[in-house]
Amino acid sequence: MEQLKTIGRELAMGSQGGFGQSKEFLDLVKSIGEARSKAEEDRIVVHEIETLKRRIIEPDIPKRKMKEYIIRLVYVEMLGHDASFGYIHAVKMTHDDNILLKRTGYLAVTLFLNEDHDLIILIVNTIQKDLKSDNYLVVCAALNAVCRLINEETIPAVLPQVVELLGHPKEAVRKKAILALHRFYQRSPSSVSHLVSNFRKMLSDNDPGVMGASLCPLFDLITIDPNSYKDLVVIFVNILKQVAERRLAKTYDYHQVPAPFIQIKLLKVLALLGNGDKHASEHMYMVVRDIIKKCDPSSNIGNAVLYECVCCVSAIYPNTKLLEAAADAISRFLKSDSHNLKYMGIDALGRLINISPEVAEQHQLAVIDCLEDPDDTLKRKTFELLFKMTKSSNVEVIVAHMIDYMISITDSHYKTEIASRCVELAEQFAPSNHWFIQTMNKVFEHAGDLVNIKVANNLMRLIAEGFGADDDTADIQLRLSAVESYLRIVGEPKLPSVFLQVICWVLGEYGTVDGKYSASYITGKLCDVAEAHSSDDTVKAYAVTALMKIYAFEIAAGRKVEILPECQSLIEEMSASHSTDLQQRAYELQAVIGLDSHAVDSIMPLDASCEDIEVDKNLSFLSHYIQQSLETGAQPYIPEHERSQLPSISDFRGQGHQEASAHALRFEAYDLPKAPVSKPSPVSHPSSTELIPLPEPSYTSEIHPVSAVLPKSDAGSNKIKLRLDGVQKKWGKPSYSSATPSTSDFSSEKTVNGVSSMGVSYTSSKALDSSYESRKPRVEIPSEKQKLAASLFSGISKAEKRSISTSNKPTKVTAHIVDKPQSQKLAAAPNEIIAEKAAHPPPPDLLDLGELDNVSKAPSVDPFKQLEGLLEPGMSTSSAVALESDIMSLHTEMPTNSQVHKNDVVLGLANASDAGIAVAQPIQISKGPNVKDSLQKDALVRQMGVTPLSQNPNLFKDLLG
Amino acid sequence: MIHFVLLINRQGKVRLTKWYSPYSQKERSKVIRELSGVITTRGPKLCNFVEWTGFKVVYRRYASLYFCMCIDQDDNELEILEIIHHYVEILDRYFGSVCELDLIFNFHKAYYILDEILIAGELQESSKKTVARLIAAQDSLVEAAKEQESSISNIIAQVTKRFTAEAAEIGEHFPAERFSIQGYRYTDVDVCNV
Repeated sequence: MEQLKTIGRELAMGSQGGFGQSKEFLDLVKSIGEARSKAEEDRIVVHEIETLKRRIIEPDIPKRKMKEYIIRLVYVEMLGHDASFGYIHAVKMTHDDNILLKRTGYLAVTLFLNEDHDLIILIVNTIQKDLKSDNYLVVCAALNAVCRLINEETIPAVLPQVVELLGHPKEAVRKKAILALHRFYQRSPSSVSHLVSNFRKMLSDNDPGVMGASLCPLFDLITIDPNSYKDLVVIFVNILKQVAERRLAKTYDYHQVPAPFIQIKLLKVLALLGNGDKHASEHMYMVVRDIIKKCDPSSNIGNAVLYECVCCVSAIYPNTKLLEAAADAISRFLKSDSHNLKYMGIDALGRLINISPEVAEQHQLAVIDCLEDPDDTLKRKTFELLFKMTKSSNVEVIVAHMIDYMISITDSHYKTEIASRCVELAEQFAPSNHWFIQTMNKVFEHAGDLVNIKVANNLMRLIAEGFGADDDTADIQLRLSAVESYLRIVGEPKLPSVFLQVICWVLGEYGTVDGKYSASYITGKLCDVAEAHSSDDTVKAYAVTALMKIYAFEIAAGRKVEILPECQSLIEEMSASHSTDLQQRAYELQAVIGLDSHAVDSIMPLDASCEDIEVDKNLSFLSHYIQQSLETGAQPYIPEHERSQLPSISDFRGQGHQEASAHALRFEAYDLPKAPVSKPSPVSHPSSTELIPLPEPSYTSEIHPVSAVLPKSDAGSNKIKLRLDGVQKKWGKPSYSSATPSTSDFSSEKTVNGVSSMGVSYTSSKALDSSYESRKPRVEIPSEKQKLAASLFSGISKAEKRSISTSNKPTKVTAHIVDKPQSQKLAAAPNEIIAEKAAHPPPPDLLDLGELDNVSKAPSVDPFKQLEGLLEPGMSTSSAVALESDIMSLHTEMPTNSQVHKNDVVLGLANASDAGIAVAQPIQISKGPNVKDSLQKDALVRQMGVTPLSQNPNLFKDLLG
Repeated sequence: MIHFVLLINRQGKVRLTKWYSPYSQKERSKVIRELSGVITTRGPKLCNFVEWTGFKVVYRRYASLYFCMCIDQDDNELEILEIIHHYVEILDRYFGSVCELDLIFNFHKAYYILDEILIAGELQESSKKTVARLIAAQDSLVEAAKEQESSISNIIAQVTKRFTAEAAEIGEHFPAERFSIQGYRYTDVDVCNV
């Protein structure tokens, strides 16, 4: 009885088209579906892999069985496990003559292999053959594989065939051929550079799908060089106009919008072509305005087109009417309840703001809302917008918000980005030094390890140099505030290394300058830093050098140096350090302490970090010494380029050097097998060698040369490294200990100056504060938000007023210019286009005049005409529906077609009455059949032995329900 | 350009992945792990976009399944959202009220359909009818092959049929023609429309 049941089940599955796999596979899928944890799932999959490994190498597997194994491999790979042992079988399957197997083979290899995989070479031949096949389905499958697998090296092998396919009678093939060429272009632009004219030609293909596909490569080409494609502007505009006027076949409609995906692509292309080109842009104004007018703002796809229009408008030469329309669209987006639309609105605002900054002002509150929204994505987009509209007047508010947000997130990628933005804004718009230092401190404190080291160097330089060279007192003030803030911060745990380096440097350089803090206090702090971060050699090195500076300043000032016991032990510890760098510094420090004040003063002058050091590059002071040595019989120096086999001196860092020498010694032949070494996991390799004898020998033979090379280069690098370390110490460091005469006779006279100026600056900053306060209360009556808005946007409006008065003129002029041709155009559009064409004849490669005329001159006999079997231009949709004789074709146009299948008639009626109800009604009615349908499915899988999962009852839910 | 397509369910289980840019197996697992953590935890009212390591991921939820596509910074998110819907509508037509289970057991078909909609990370066909026609043409091959095979399995079938009527009854429970009907329906549509 049991047996019979299984037989029946298998029979049923055999005849049942969908679940055509064996019981075994269904069980696998089912058990994975029911797995309660990732570990359990992994266990099942590992077991499955073992089964497959065993089965797949059995001799004489029936092809149908093999096909299923391959699909099971795909499944395993999809779940994130390694199925590389079976790749070769997938490759073999592509060789099969049976198209079904071939198709499965191609599907599997496109999913398994990246374009740099070694097995690709085994497929190229098959692809070549299949591209010439009579069966267009085979050609399609091969082209799918071409798009995924062909790399730069193999492009020439298939290129001629693919180009030939551009003339294939089946539009599906032409389309795929174009996109394959597009892929080739992305891989290696030079390989298809001679085919550009083909892309242009395909633009006038009869099939809209092919035309749409040709826009992809053209978009890329135009991005790089818009100027050589200006002649296509008229053609693009014409196509777009025809699309917008519903001249394409109705099957291209998507939710009642005519071919929106093609419209979007065209608008993108036009945005590129019209950017900064007044003449080209003038062609576009009318069609873009038409599209904006026609866009249905209630549907998602309508808004997608609308958004693309706004992007286009803000990219092309400005036109006041279009800008107004775009601003309207943006305000609609921002006022919408949908977060998606708000997001798009913020993005569009960011684009438009460059051209008409006044738009931002009307949306202040909406922007603030988005900024405070709990949705992270929206928030980030808003920060992007704020970043774009930062002025010196609102920088403080914006950066404060950015930093608050930066502190709150953990995503290191975005943290880095926002930190670098903060730094950029702070460097560009900082209202005061004090603010700048404070801001940088915060950035370093919370994202120090993520920011570029250059930023730290910039900060140190700024503190050393100050803003204005002529105003010493302000600089001193700046340094003092830096020292104070660092002393406050330095005790905190978990400070990033880069920040600690800055702190150490500043404390060493300026810690004791104004006499406020004693040397022992500062040195104590520095020792704490070094001890707290004992694993970070760079920080320790900075700390020791800072100690040295402080002691040197003490000695130079004639005070007695008292070395704290912890400093003493730190120095001793470091002089025995493994790091030669630390050792060197510790010994230097000890040496400096032993010197008298005069010597120290010339070695370590106070505040000389910005002094230019004159470097004698010729080392002329050594010539006497060299002469002497040569006379006593030393070898003369051989210049670098003459000892070419020796590794270059410049890359003395171990890693870089090793690699460089390895490269020098390795030859092409060794390069290839490197991929299998790094890629496959150890488990997979042995098994694959059983099956494929091919890669193995090259793999083992490769190991020898590499291992032979390594020790050699290692020794070489060591030797060089040692020598250069010495060089670095001697010539790398002296920037601080150079013998330039000290400029700073830092006497009491100056400090007096400093104190007096301090007072002044305090009052001035107070004044600033109070003015800031007085500004705030003025808008204080409304909520917090408005206050924020005011502080954010006040600068814009002010700055913007100026810009309006200056920019008013040009925009008016354009409006003038634009209006005229538009009215003309309305009257005699075709005429004008012909005239236009006469004035700008396109370059010869497009001058297959017949085709060109087709597209541009006579839109009424356009190429799409043939496909317009269903077109009823004059009718409104509802009447068209009523007259539609074929109900089946109706539901192909309808958006909610899942239910429509069963309710054609109902829908037809509903649609005729009212569009709004039409959507709601069929859904309600169709609930019944849907439930039934899913119940049926439930029963079906139950019978097959797959019990529905208790944790996921949704499995049977209609996706579109 | 679309860098990858990812179908995961609410528990973060993978239902389909398609990579248009090169990712190693390790990177793939990392991407899936990270994204499923981000996307499945997002609330229903938030935007359908996530910024993610310099790219944007557009996702849309259908019942318990999330359809995700990763795109470049300057792509149009709303458009991608509609491309996802376009794909789902075509799946829905093909399977007839598609549900997650259909995709679980027929993931290779979902791949074939996806291959007719997207290629090399670009939308290749925006007409549902054209896609349906191509898929139907491919399926007719399957049907033809099946007929051949069934000549063998027929023999077995006849043998087993003889045993008892019960087995045949079990067989009848299955709406065996579901897919073939679907296939024919499309050709019907074609005849009527063209």
